Amino acid sequence: MDVAINDRVFRLFQYLQRHHKPFWKDLIPTCCTLTIVYDVVSIRNYHPSAFEWVSNELEHILHECEGSEPLPVRKLRIPVCYDPAFGFDLKPLAKTNKLSVDQVIELHSQQSYRVYMLGFLPGFAYMGIVNHKIATPRLSTPRRHVPAGSVGIAGNQTGIYPLNSPGGWNIIGRTPVKLFDPECESPTLLRPGDDVSFFPISKEEYDSFDPEKISNRPS
Amino acid sequence: MIEVVKAGMADSVQDAGRFGYQHLGINPTGAMDLNAMRIANALVGNQLNQAVVELIFPASSFCFHRSALIALSGADFSAKLNRKSIPINQPVLAPAKSELKFSRILNGSVGYLAVQGGFELIPWLNSYSTNLKATTGGVEGRYLKKGDKLELRNKGVIKIEQPQVLPWRADVSDFYSSTNTIRCLKGNEFDWLTKKSQSDFQKKEFVINVQSDRMGYRLKGIALGQNKKRELLSTAVTFGTIQLLPNGELIILMADHQTTGGYPRIGHVITADRSVLVQYRPNEKLSFQFVSLEEAEALAIAQSKSRAQLQVSCRLKLRELNQLP
Repeated sequence: MDVAINDRVFRLFQYLQRHHKPFWKDLIPTCCTLTIVYDVVSIRNYHPSAFEWVSNELEHILHECEGSEPLPVRKLRIPVCYDPAFGFDLKPLAKTNKLSVDQVIELHSQQSYRVYMLGFLPGFAYMGIVNHKIATPRLSTPRRHVPAGSVGIAGNQTGIYPLNSPGGWNIIGRTPVKLFDPECESPTLLRPGDDVSFFPISKEEYDSFDPEKISNRPS
Repeated sequence: MIEVVKAGMADSVQDAGRFGYQHLGINPTGAMDLNAMRIANALVGNQLNQAVVELIFPASSFCFHRSALIALSGADFSAKLNRKSIPINQPVLAPAKSELKFSRILNGSVGYLAVQGGFELIPWLNSYSTNLKATTGGVEGRYLKKGDKLELRNKGVIKIEQPQVLPWRADVSDFYSSTNTIRCLKGNEFDWLTKKSQSDFQKKEFVINVQSDRMGYRLKGIALGQNKKRELLSTAVTFGTIQLLPNGELIILMADHQTTGGYPRIGHVITADRSVLVQYRPNEKLSFQFVSLEEAEALAIAQSKSRAQLQVSCRLKLRELNQLP
């Protein structure tokens, strides 16, 4: 993962979103690539080769967006309960990295993370880069069931499971915040390019968490 | 209204998919065999991308509480309407209280049921496709179950007593022309294969594994190897992407694919051959052949023209019979 490359991906992604054309069916930014799903049939109504036309268009756009001002980054703070009842892998992860549980929590929650990309599940954000002291490889055998809201570490990335799902990330806590809500106008809490930080909450605060009161849901 | 009187295994409401949200990890889903979905819609005079019921054998049984003009396309599951056999790719008038059942697989894997006017459903992010992972879209984001009632948009009444098959048939040969060769474009990581595996990929036969579903078709065959161990950062994948799994087997991603993946992309099945691929049954054999991007585009355009022609001629026929709303 490289911030400079991801920044270029994000800049191009934002530019294409702002100058939306109906035959861009999807724009999918990842850590170091941007994939464009385009509608061959509508483009071919005007041009003999859809691929050639898209390639030419993109060369212009790449040039134009290099100098463009990126949109302001959205900042979000997400509460996480690092209770071992939720953080199934918190103790083993601390042990592997020769740290105390409190040190892991502190290292995870003392910095902010960039959303490099979303993928895998609706609303699943790949965030980085975690402190090398707590960077830990995926579990050798993935869990069959990881509950929605689980916060995990895989390699030097951190992420939150938006839905119940099988998964191989080291689970260190859980957030009461809804990461994916199909009823919401913007169904995922996180978006590419967001700046996310975590703050620890107790089990009691987790249990009494009122999603209606959440003030960090950005517009 | 039509009612599910017996649940099938994995029937769902689908349209052409939900695009524009993949950057949020929301996968597009949609009909597996988009040609068949559109043929079924054309036959009843619908817009081509109207929502339909996708059928997987054993498929559901349906009761039509009001009369309707319907069409089946894609796989042939030997449909019977009030015990009378009805063909696929032909419009059929279903009388009120008639029951539609599917008895066995004659050919193909995925069938479609279109009803004139379509269904009264609430779209999610501009699409009626069922997203099983997000548990939303279609009917409550799940497979159809017994007792589900799909309201019909078309409120007109057709006065018939017995099922009636209308006297014209869609010629579907343009959509299923390649039989056991699946044409594809080279994937970005094709060169990661050893020279031998590069050649095996293009020369050997692969068999559709029974563990195949809406997410992906797994293939059995000669194991393919990489020339050195490399890691790929997750990057976008699409319907038709052929990935190399760590055990050397291939998987072709289908309609319910994730938005991103970290396995090497050996190739991408061209849009024009997706229908053939979708309709393969487990244990059927296929081989791959690379084509140029120009050829892939030309084939996709040719199919799109055939669909448009089919739509026009169906509407003319329906108008002659006064069966357009």
